[in-house]
Amino acid sequence: MDMATLLEYVAKASYFLAAVLFILGIKRMSSPVTARKGIEQAGIGMVIATLATFAITGGHNLGLIIAAIALGVIPTWLWGKKVAMTDMPQMVALFNGMGGGSAAAIGASELLKFTQPGAAAPPFAMLTLAVVGALIGSISMTGSIIAWAKLDGRMDRRFTFGGQQAFNFLILAAAVLAGLALVAWKLDTSLVVVFFLLALGFGVLMTLPIGGADMPVVISLYNALTGLAVAFEGYAMGIEALIVAGMVVGAAGTFLTQLMAKAMNRPISGVLFSNFGGGGSGEAIAGSQKAIEASDAASLLYMAEKVIIVPGYGMAVAQAQHKIWELAQALIKAGKDVKFAIHPVAGRMPGHMNVLLAEAGVPYDLIADMEDINPEFKTCDVAIVIGANDVVNPAAKTDKSSPIFGMPILNVVDARQCIVIKCGKGTGFAGIENALFYQDNTRMLYADGKEAASSLISELKAIEGGSGH
Amino acid sequence: MIDGFLALYIFMLAAFTGKEIIGRVPVILHTPLMSGSNFVHGIVLVGAMIALAHAESPLAIAIGFIGVALGAGNAAGGYVVTERMLEMFKSSKSAGKK
Repeated sequence: MDMATLLEYVAKASYFLAAVLFILGIKRMSSPVTARKGIEQAGIGMVIATLATFAITGGHNLGLIIAAIALGVIPTWLWGKKVAMTDMPQMVALFNGMGGGSAAAIGASELLKFTQPGAAAPPFAMLTLAVVGALIGSISMTGSIIAWAKLDGRMDRRFTFGGQQAFNFLILAAAVLAGLALVAWKLDTSLVVVFFLLALGFGVLMTLPIGGADMPVVISLYNALTGLAVAFEGYAMGIEALIVAGMVVGAAGTFLTQLMAKAMNRPISGVLFSNFGGGGSGEAIAGSQKAIEASDAASLLYMAEKVIIVPGYGMAVAQAQHKIWELAQALIKAGKDVKFAIHPVAGRMPGHMNVLLAEAGVPYDLIADMEDINPEFKTCDVAIVIGANDVVNPAAKTDKSSPIFGMPILNVVDARQCIVIKCGKGTGFAGIENALFYQDNTRMLYADGKEAASSLISELKAIEGGSGH
Repeated sequence: MIDGFLALYIFMLAAFTGKEIIGRVPVILHTPLMSGSNFVHGIVLVGAMIALAHAESPLAIAIGFIGVALGAGNAAGGYVVTERMLEMFKSSKSAGKK
């Protein structure tokens, strides 16, 4: 066996090992206890695969490869280290767009290779998957960049014009036709360029009309698409590890996207082809919102035995999570049963709120999912809603004319008392009134989240100091 | 070149594996999971490296270079943010020990 063949075997074995480590790593992420080990394992797999690749590239363009890796790794590593947890959704979108772009670049270099004069005609399956992977990867790249710009507040939330859907469909159809022409008719350089321009353009056009509330579903969808693109390019290049890793991510991402769309009561087609809040505005609500002072709210809490805190993204915007955890600790110290209830789409991506609470130091065993906590609201003395709105709106269950009708919600309405901490009387993402705020047993504490939590803590201390000793 | 039907089996089995291992992940970990799977498709870096190593013309080299840089960014960025998030998840017990 000569040296080159030996190195080839070493590389193939390393790729196999990496694929195993990726699958085990993602599996370990199914529990918070082992999750960190899981990502570290997947990281080792990535390093092994990258090093093994150096062994089979034969030193060709070695300097360029190292320079490109450094150019990719250094800024993203530094940026990833310091990005705020609230900005995580757009970071995931951006990194995902990079992966899609990389897959598209592989597709482009494969197609270019085939268009060289004198190049042998590529096998049909190989060419087809290279084209499909390039199409999906390109859409995922530009789409993710638009999603990033929207989430990062660099772009108006939505951009629509008349006949937009028909126009978008035409562009997609043209991109698919160009791809078909490449496979079935002629491998021509200018056709390759047209194909890529159409695919990249469609990614932009498809994401422009989608509103901020639907972005989580979109990011997840693009994540799945990049996975598929990687798998298809992996086939075109004959690297099994890319097929396995890409396909695992593609399937997982598709499944996650469905879960999310279900939690938001939005069919995926509705996210992609229609606009949010276009329906009715829901029934008008009778009655008035009843305000409460922090001192009275604190005495309600003092007398309660069981308290459930329902945080929404508004809490994170006010940076109140640390103060809320302090409040929860004070209540726990006073012997109360305290839990945090999280809606699956609280925050700006599923599970985002859990990350924000974890950052503030809240242990994950105090945090309950919607399904587990919903029956408990009936036995709860006080529910504190902070910065959440649509996810606690009972109209989702009772009002058929409401645009959020059918969305699963947290049953805060069942609690004996409810305190809503809110800056003003505005509406949520969906732009509709919340019947919960008008209930007889609901009190509104109008204040900034952080200040409200601080004053609740000090009022609580005052009550304890006055009565306990 | 991988045999067509063999490749089809690989695609199929990997897809089921992906769905199975994610189905058991609790909702609280969905964000790290999404960024973790985002990291895993950073393996595209390997394909881009091979493409760049085989590139001859200036255009092919430019495309390969962009592919490697983007793939490396996907892998590195995805890893850092996922690790940072997972590091923060603590139970009452382990938080108490500190």
